[in-house]
Amino acid sequence: MTADRLPHYVDPLPFDVSEAERLTPEQERYYMAPQWLMIWWKFRRHRVAVLAAIVLAILYGSILITEFLAPYGRDSKHLEFIYAPPQSVHLFHEGRFVGPFVYGLSYRLDMETLKRTYEDDRSDVQPIRFFCLGEPYRFWGFIPGRFHFVCPAKGGTLFLHGTDRLGRDMFSRLIYGARVSLTVGLIGIAISFVLGITIGGLAGYFGGWVDAVVQRLIEILKSLPELPLWMALSAALPVSWSPILVYFGITIILGLLDWPGLARAVRSKLLALREEDFCTAARLMGASPRRIIGRHLLPNFMSHLIASATLSIPSMILGETALSFLGLGLRPPVTSWGVLLTEAQNIEAVALYPWLLLPMGPVITTVLAFNFLGDGLRDAADPYS
Amino acid sequence: MMPPMLRFLARRLLTMLLTLVAISILVFVIIQLPPGDYLTTLIAELQSQGEAVAQEKIDFLRQQYGLDRPYAEQYLLWVWGLLHGDLGYSFEYNKPVADVVGDRLLLTVVLNFATILFIYAIAFPIGVNSATHQYSWGDYGLTFLGLLGLATPNFLLALILMYLANVLFGTSIGTMMAPQFIDQPWSAAKVASVLQHLWVPVFVIGTAGTAGMIRRLRANLLDELHKQYVVTGRAKGLPPGRLLRKYPLRMALNPFVADIGSLLPSVVSGSVIVSAVMSLQTTGPMLLSALQSQDMYLAGSFLMFLALLTVVGMFLSDVLLAVLDPRIRITGGVER
Repeated sequence: MTADRLPHYVDPLPFDVSEAERLTPEQERYYMAPQWLMIWWKFRRHRVAVLAAIVLAILYGSILITEFLAPYGRDSKHLEFIYAPPQSVHLFHEGRFVGPFVYGLSYRLDMETLKRTYEDDRSDVQPIRFFCLGEPYRFWGFIPGRFHFVCPAKGGTLFLHGTDRLGRDMFSRLIYGARVSLTVGLIGIAISFVLGITIGGLAGYFGGWVDAVVQRLIEILKSLPELPLWMALSAALPVSWSPILVYFGITIILGLLDWPGLARAVRSKLLALREEDFCTAARLMGASPRRIIGRHLLPNFMSHLIASATLSIPSMILGETALSFLGLGLRPPVTSWGVLLTEAQNIEAVALYPWLLLPMGPVITTVLAFNFLGDGLRDAADPYS
Repeated sequence: MMPPMLRFLARRLLTMLLTLVAISILVFVIIQLPPGDYLTTLIAELQSQGEAVAQEKIDFLRQQYGLDRPYAEQYLLWVWGLLHGDLGYSFEYNKPVADVVGDRLLLTVVLNFATILFIYAIAFPIGVNSATHQYSWGDYGLTFLGLLGLATPNFLLALILMYLANVLFGTSIGTMMAPQFIDQPWSAAKVASVLQHLWVPVFVIGTAGTAGMIRRLRANLLDELHKQYVVTGRAKGLPPGRLLRKYPLRMALNPFVADIGSLLPSVVSGSVIVSAVMSLQTTGPMLLSALQSQDMYLAGSFLMFLALLTVVGMFLSDVLLAVLDPRIRITGGVER
């Protein structure tokens, strides 16, 4: 009898309950990924947004080394080259490769039209120098230096975007302008972010009359045309303020009027989330409203907030550009893209010197990039869906 | 018990009035913002330009604005003046603004209204097409064009168009009518001239709003298109065009109309700066010059007018929406 019995096998290894569902390392990486990693994976699939992020990284990186990148100083004037047209970069001179160079400019005053005309002097080859010593500057305003990324040939010129009415190099001014134009939006959004989270958080968490008052306030602010209000507020800035104070004044004005959108988003999210069990649990355990909002509720939709904040940076950059363009925002010597565009206000001047419109390029690029980045972030903000 | 429509109207009217009161207080605060008495700034400025300031003029202004009285009284005086069509006093022309402003208020209304119509007319077909042909080349192309419109600040677009008109045709497009009609009484020919010149600023102001509108209509319609009743309709053999018109489009149309609430302020914003750049005969350039010379009373009046424009526009759109959609007049509001 015993001999017919099937041999009985016992696995010598200790019994493991989860063996059947054990995950491969790849699966484990996927299922256990923290939220930020999942956001990154989802964001990465949005090609245009990634490209926009790279563009913005380059732009914002450039403001760290502005002085090094710009071939000329912000305010250095070249009185013999007033309204010089952009010099184009060539590689070949008379069929021979010489590397990147520009032709020298020869200047002539047209006595009939009294118009300055510049022509390429085909015999004057001015090779562009790289990593070179050029005009002295003060890095970030205090470290002296003269090392540049590109410089004109010795005794030559390099006006890649032409010059303005004082013979200042537009390209260098554009690079300097980025420092102001790009940071205005960031500081403004920081202000609006703090205001929006605080006000929206209070309204959403406490409800009742706080909510009612905030709701009415938001409605009123939303029904006002933004730009005229910005214009009025910045016109009200005291004329005696120094440029740097005006700069902060403008950013505060831009931020002050932007928070309603964020506050409304925070409020509606909070209204939904405060009914959740984890919130009740925290309250029963004696957590203060501040802690519940900050520790339990906000992290739940922080990614959404960041995405929508990204989408409202462009309107601030455009706001600053518009204000400065109208002469109500920043004033020279502070240089922003809007300040540069004030040169283009006179349409007759633009007809003669169209390169004065070139600062539009970076404005449009930045705004587009922020829009794409914001779209990508918004899609990626909720990686669990 | 009032009928729901009447009750809705009454409540909406009351909110509008309260909003206007709140806005007027806000504007008055802005008027008071620049440091110092308004008159001292003005006198200093006039003197710096080498102009003598007549004592009776100063007295007149001090009395006009009640500058020696408390703020609350000054505010009431200002509002009282506004209600009687007294927009302030223009120092550029040495006349009450009401005499200088001429057609500008009307033209501002016309310009903004035309822009809203333009935005709807353009955004509607494009939005519907983008939603029904999602992820097609047309969808991508139009979406990109819309984004470009969104990213190009409209005052820059105005500059580009003016530049092109100047270079290509040698003409100036920065006007609302042919020069011979400016400051002339209204006639059929003047109306025709305004209509002829209107399209350039309307196009320029409309681009940004159109882009946003296309995106919203597309998203709304896409939501509806994926619902089951559409599948049912299709399964029952409704032709696609008829199916679209009969059901999802109607559902998607409500938010489209309701969106005027967010559209109107941005259109008014855009129209101010575009008119300032193109020096159109609207309130924009006057507001700008008032602000540049820190003539805050005048600027405040214009600001108030623009706010009135948006608030009344939103009121009208809500009424329209309530007529269209019974749910709104019963629950009393639309969630934006």
